[in-house]
Amino acid sequence: MTTHGDDSIKVVPVRHYGQWVSVAVLGLLLAMLAHTLFFRVASAKITCKVANAATSCHHVMVWRYSWNVVGHYFFTSEILHGLRITLELTVIAMVIGIVLGLLVAVMRMSRNRVLSTVAFVYTWFFRGTPVFVQLFFWSFLGAVYPRLTIGIPFSHITYVHINVNTSFTIFDACALGLGLNEGAYMSEIARAGLISVDEGQIEAATSLGMTRRQTLRLVTIPQAMRVIIPPTGNEVISMLKTTSLASAVGLIELLGAATNIYSANYEIIPLLIVASLWYLVVTTILSIGQFYLERRFARGALRTPPPTPIQRLRGDVRGVASKFRTRRGVEVPA
Amino acid sequence: MSEPMVKVRDVRKSYNGIEVLKGVDLSVARGEVTCLIGPSGSGKSTLLRCINHLEKHDSGELRVDGELVGYEARNGKLYELTDKRVCENRSRIGMVFQRFNLFQHLSVLDNVTIGQMKVRGASREDANKKARELLARVGLQDKEKNYPSQLSGGQQQRVAIARALAMDPKLMLFDEPTSALDPELVGEVLEVMKDLAKSGMTMIVVTHEIGFAREVANTVYFLDGGIIEESGDPRTILVTPTSERLKNFLSKVL
Repeated sequence: MTTHGDDSIKVVPVRHYGQWVSVAVLGLLLAMLAHTLFFRVASAKITCKVANAATSCHHVMVWRYSWNVVGHYFFTSEILHGLRITLELTVIAMVIGIVLGLLVAVMRMSRNRVLSTVAFVYTWFFRGTPVFVQLFFWSFLGAVYPRLTIGIPFSHITYVHINVNTSFTIFDACALGLGLNEGAYMSEIARAGLISVDEGQIEAATSLGMTRRQTLRLVTIPQAMRVIIPPTGNEVISMLKTTSLASAVGLIELLGAATNIYSANYEIIPLLIVASLWYLVVTTILSIGQFYLERRFARGALRTPPPTPIQRLRGDVRGVASKFRTRRGVEVPA
Repeated sequence: MSEPMVKVRDVRKSYNGIEVLKGVDLSVARGEVTCLIGPSGSGKSTLLRCINHLEKHDSGELRVDGELVGYEARNGKLYELTDKRVCENRSRIGMVFQRFNLFQHLSVLDNVTIGQMKVRGASREDANKKARELLARVGLQDKEKNYPSQLSGGQQQRVAIARALAMDPKLMLFDEPTSALDPELVGEVLEVMKDLAKSGMTMIVVTHEIGFAREVANTVYFLDGGIIEESGDPRTILVTPTSERLKNFLSKVL
């Protein structure tokens, strides 16, 4: 420890040498990854050139991951159409799932035994059978029920007639199947959120004269959202990729479109990369949305909300800048 | 004297076969402050929660403002009231809890307006106006934009009192309102309660603050083991208790 002319004592921070070593190792590994991803390698194909009466031959250099093929197919209409189907399916299935999940969670917690039993059985069945099987069932609904009629059981009185084969499309089947399956998972997430709300909150609402429905809508659900949103974000992202099962029953979504193309031209890896990159793009956008939604519903739960990435970046820049300023001997306001 | 605000006759209540209230009689006149004291587990809070029907009593008669709580007497039978009617009656009884129970997701102002707007159907402007008056009354006019988690316990409890007052209650119930507070914050809440008592509000207060009971209460009830052991004027029973149990209790808390 050294003291200067003034009374200030210099602080020597602990040096973390281990961190430097691990950064170096990681850097090397990343460089290797970048090399294998983005550097061209010699292929088996040979081209020859004739110049000045001499022939020179060399191997054609290609990308290991055929980025040129990836780029070529990235924005083709087939892929974009598949992407649209994937997004539509995800949104509709999640809306069905969230609404159903919340409803089933409330039913499950109801004092009415019939409601809670029905809710339990629904969750038990749809969580307990493979989503793949459920999709097949809904897409072959027309084979089981060519005509759907709604009426009074065990009588000849009927009201509604639907021709399943014509009016219930394969998209409807997939959206319904995925939504019903999702509802079972969402109901458990919603239930976890609802039971996380302190009972005192419900008592306070009750003592103000709110009905049970008002209490649920104005007090319990808004507070449960804080617990419900992170796993729901997880479910949305999971659903985005589960929609690829729809191609098994003949609905051409993003992965299905990629499969169609590579089964014709055998560029399997590049087209799988095309699909995967699109999934990554959408997932990234969804994650950003989730962050801001979480912040919105955390109001009141935290004294200071976590900074947004932009705020944090600004803070970092300010921090580094102030470091330079102190080095030059300028006072930093506390 | 008109009929009492609260009339309790032989009220009993059990949880899982354990009798918590073993026939309680109590009467609270309009504009009076009644304190319930007693050791924990004596049934004070349960009695309070029966009065606004947060708990259903098993038997006995419980009337608030002349009306049966939770039931309606017709043709010599008691009919259970619908949820809607129970809620209506409950909204005229303010309740303040030990753990404040402010709505965590709402600002201070919204905590005080939500009942007026959603239960009474008041407009946003009217509700805000009244909420601001009440917040000023409890000394928190500058905190309306804050969230409960940003306030001290004493401040939160004062907001909770304002929230209950916003419903124009004819009766206020306090369930150990200062038990969860740091000692230096107890005073500010008791001050607000004293003001409220002076303004003529009928209040039932479950409390361990014997000093408050002696100073503010018109009547003190001492509960022990689910029955009222002793009751009367605080200046009498808190100074010269007759029952052994009350003597014993006072020697522990004073």
